[in-house]
Amino acid sequence: MKVGIPKEIHIGECRVAATPETAKRLGEKLGFDVVVESGAGLAASFPDALYEEAGCSVAADVSEVWNTADVVLKVRPPEAAEVEQLRDGQVLIGFLSPAQNETLLNQIAAKGASAIAMEAVPRISRAQKLDALSSMANIAGYRAVVEAASLFGRFFTGQITAAGKVPPAKVLVIGAGVAGLAAIGTARGLGAIVRAFDVRPEVADQVKSMGAEFLMLQFDSNEAGGTSGGYAKTMSKEFIDAEMALFLAQAKEVDIILTTALIPGKPAPKLITKEMVEAMRPGSVVVDLASEQGGNCEVTVPGEVTNHDGVHIIGYTDFASRLAHTSSQLYGNNLYHLLDEIGGKENFELDMEDVVLRSCTVVKNGEVTWPPPPVSVSAAAPKKDQIAPAEPAAVVEKKFGLFDAALLILAVALLLAIASTRDTGFITDFTVFVLACIVGWQVIWNVTAALHTPLMSVTNAISGIIIVGGMVQVGVSDSPAAILGAIAIFVATINIAGGFLVTHRMLKMFRRG
Amino acid sequence: MQLINPIDAFLLASEAIELNQSVAKVAYIVAAVMFVLSLAGLSHQTSARRGNLLGIFGMVLAIAATVFGMMIDGYLWMGFAIVPAVIIGAILAARVPMTGMPELVAMLHSFVGLAAVLVGISSFLESGIEVPESEHLIHNIEIFIGVFIGAVTFTGSIFAFLKLRGSISGKPLMLPGRHALNALLILVSVGLGVWFCRVDSGGMVPLLIMTGIACFLGIHLVMAIGGADMPVVVSMLNSYSGWAAAAAGFMLKNHLLIVTGALVGSSGAILSYIMCAAMNRSFISVILGGFGGESSGPAAEVDGTVTEFSVQDTVDLLDEAQSIVIVPGYGMAVAQAQHSLAEVVRILLDRDKLVRFAIHPVAGRLPGHMNVLLAEANVPYDIVLEMDEINEDMTSTDAILVIGANDIVNPAALEDPNSPIAGMPVIEVWTAATCVVMKRGMATGYAGVDNPLFYKDNTFMLFGDAKQNVDAILSKLRD
Repeated sequence: MKVGIPKEIHIGECRVAATPETAKRLGEKLGFDVVVESGAGLAASFPDALYEEAGCSVAADVSEVWNTADVVLKVRPPEAAEVEQLRDGQVLIGFLSPAQNETLLNQIAAKGASAIAMEAVPRISRAQKLDALSSMANIAGYRAVVEAASLFGRFFTGQITAAGKVPPAKVLVIGAGVAGLAAIGTARGLGAIVRAFDVRPEVADQVKSMGAEFLMLQFDSNEAGGTSGGYAKTMSKEFIDAEMALFLAQAKEVDIILTTALIPGKPAPKLITKEMVEAMRPGSVVVDLASEQGGNCEVTVPGEVTNHDGVHIIGYTDFASRLAHTSSQLYGNNLYHLLDEIGGKENFELDMEDVVLRSCTVVKNGEVTWPPPPVSVSAAAPKKDQIAPAEPAAVVEKKFGLFDAALLILAVALLLAIASTRDTGFITDFTVFVLACIVGWQVIWNVTAALHTPLMSVTNAISGIIIVGGMVQVGVSDSPAAILGAIAIFVATINIAGGFLVTHRMLKMFRRG
Repeated sequence: MQLINPIDAFLLASEAIELNQSVAKVAYIVAAVMFVLSLAGLSHQTSARRGNLLGIFGMVLAIAATVFGMMIDGYLWMGFAIVPAVIIGAILAARVPMTGMPELVAMLHSFVGLAAVLVGISSFLESGIEVPESEHLIHNIEIFIGVFIGAVTFTGSIFAFLKLRGSISGKPLMLPGRHALNALLILVSVGLGVWFCRVDSGGMVPLLIMTGIACFLGIHLVMAIGGADMPVVVSMLNSYSGWAAAAAGFMLKNHLLIVTGALVGSSGAILSYIMCAAMNRSFISVILGGFGGESSGPAAEVDGTVTEFSVQDTVDLLDEAQSIVIVPGYGMAVAQAQHSLAEVVRILLDRDKLVRFAIHPVAGRLPGHMNVLLAEANVPYDIVLEMDEINEDMTSTDAILVIGANDIVNPAALEDPNSPIAGMPVIEVWTAATCVVMKRGMATGYAGVDNPLFYKDNTFMLFGDAKQNVDAILSKLRD
């Protein structure tokens, strides 16, 4: 079985679907033959020689790749010329934007081929290693900060030098998905003060863990912006108004705004208006990571860097491609794990019962299978959905009822009965008894739950104190009574010795990490 | 009973006693303080061993004081009884496997009960202390109550031992009209008590009949309780053994016995209370046996699909996860999976992952049983946390491994007010990103309640024997 890697023909695309390292593993671990188009990895700094070393065959002509390969690995969606070369039974894997590209899916289906869209890999833990969207977003987030830094005329980090003080840059990241979090980490690493905003309040902890401040929206509603798929959704008008007011206020303060807000299957929401851009200080930078979907900023020109009123607007659509070496490597790993999931060469099968493969297979043997049934998992699900137990009906209620009254009367009766004995000895004994119960009650509550078993065995040993009773009785002149006393000593001693020793044995095992 | 005026009573109480007796009584105070400090030492693992040593010193001191101050005679008998008993006790303690702790504890309880019965009957035959005529009645009542509690503890513990050991079925035995039967047995005992106190001679007959009845009552009480309620039974018997010792203290006018018995009695009572609270059930309903029955409507139907996981999937999940929580249950103890599990944990810790254990108070068959098993397997105690300490961290946990536990991780307890276990505090494993449940099959737990956890989207089932699965995970992790 052959895996083919053609050169990406989309203008400016530098990535490649397999690096020599991932191609080697495709061959050695999964058993595929790998054919690479000559020059496929050049833009990502992987010359043909490295692929040959990794055991791939290098095809001079692209049609050789398309004609011989059973599985074709790509990055970008196939262009018209590439779709033409597909054939019956072939499997195409790459980013296909199935939600926006119905025609493409139909064309692939018409060829009788199968297609797997990397965007459609579900966000469940098991599929994390195939999640190319996340690995690309991570790179885009990093690169976005680097692009911003190269246009920004100041340090990111604050410095106090002999020549004067330099304030740190302030960065606002909108959208704390994978790209947003990567951007936060990178900007923090350069020393900037970072704030972040997201419509999903449950990501606040992740934002804080990356060292950024999470901006809360002062908004009187319990609307939460997470969907069951772990992505954001469209919000109500009131929410958006409050959000816009926050962004305008921030725009006046911060130096760099990075927007990463995307809603799956919809054009990117317009979050940064022209007015906000104009409110920013000259020399500031806006990086619009959503520009491919139309951009989060009103003045973004997709694919270009523009200058609006002294503010740089970066609207690149190819941040990941601008870090081609790493992104090819990570994407190649994602594809490797996908092919592993499919079964490698031996058990190659698009198993539609498997939730991961079902989700990402968009065309199977000439039949469009998009959209898949929903798979629901959220990275950190909103708490209120889950911990909302209705008042449990069966909780034992603490009310002063008949039972308690009966207990009280019983206790009073018992005390009166004790008083009526007029026996000092007994009353003294009883005093000791009651006080000891209270001491015991207080002391035992402090025992840690982890030591409850040793507690039981040590109290067991201590209750062997009944040996004293046996010892007093063993000395009496009546011999049956003395024998009973001796037997009592015998069993109580087993208790004492066994209880203390087993407690000692147990406690010896408890150790700190 | 002869009436005495308070001044006479004072003179009686303040009569001078022999010096050795006086010294012995003071030594008893010291021993009692040592016992209190011994239990106080168990408040933390670091001071626990010192606590146990204090207990031993207290016991040695108490015995020595009794020998020199309180014993009339019978030293030879005592020697014959003590020496083999120490050897037997030591062998038991050294041999018992940690999974067998519940059995050992139950067996030791029965010895205390037996000793209390023997001391009581012996004391009735001829008291080892001087009992003034005026206190004769109260002395008899003390003997009667002491023997009763001792007998219930004795047979109850033996049957708890047999149940835990699996020699008899662990299932609750539900006799028809069992509450009425219990009440009748107690009433008859009270009647026998009145007879016992009224007769001048021949009191042995009612005493022995009552002992027989109490023995039967102990068996019946324990037979009606089973399965996951065993921790309550064992701690309840722990409490009874304390009260039995205290009752012996009353009959022998021995304050050390009273204090120690009260300490042990409170300890067992608190443990029983904690166990009941952890199941959201009243103590009365647990000791009377049977589960629930107070549900107000049909429990919610559970539907959905169960997603199975392979060992490899589980290993992949552990590889990816940064924070992992393991929830062990009785199934882990049954399968003896704790050693392999500890090894898995060690590997994960070496990979700089945050690994912790979450222990539900009623996991296992003895309070704190899981902690002992994990400690035996060399799991450091600072990563073994209680339910309340770790429940709020669940949402930030990547992966949960539930091993041989069922009811203690059942979301129905919080979500379904009609569930028989509604209101029981549970470990909220379903709030974590992913949860793997290792289980033999789809059978319900002790409460007989279906578990909606298994049908959740983020729950995956790894079926099979816990030990084999953990071993398989271990060998894959090592690769």
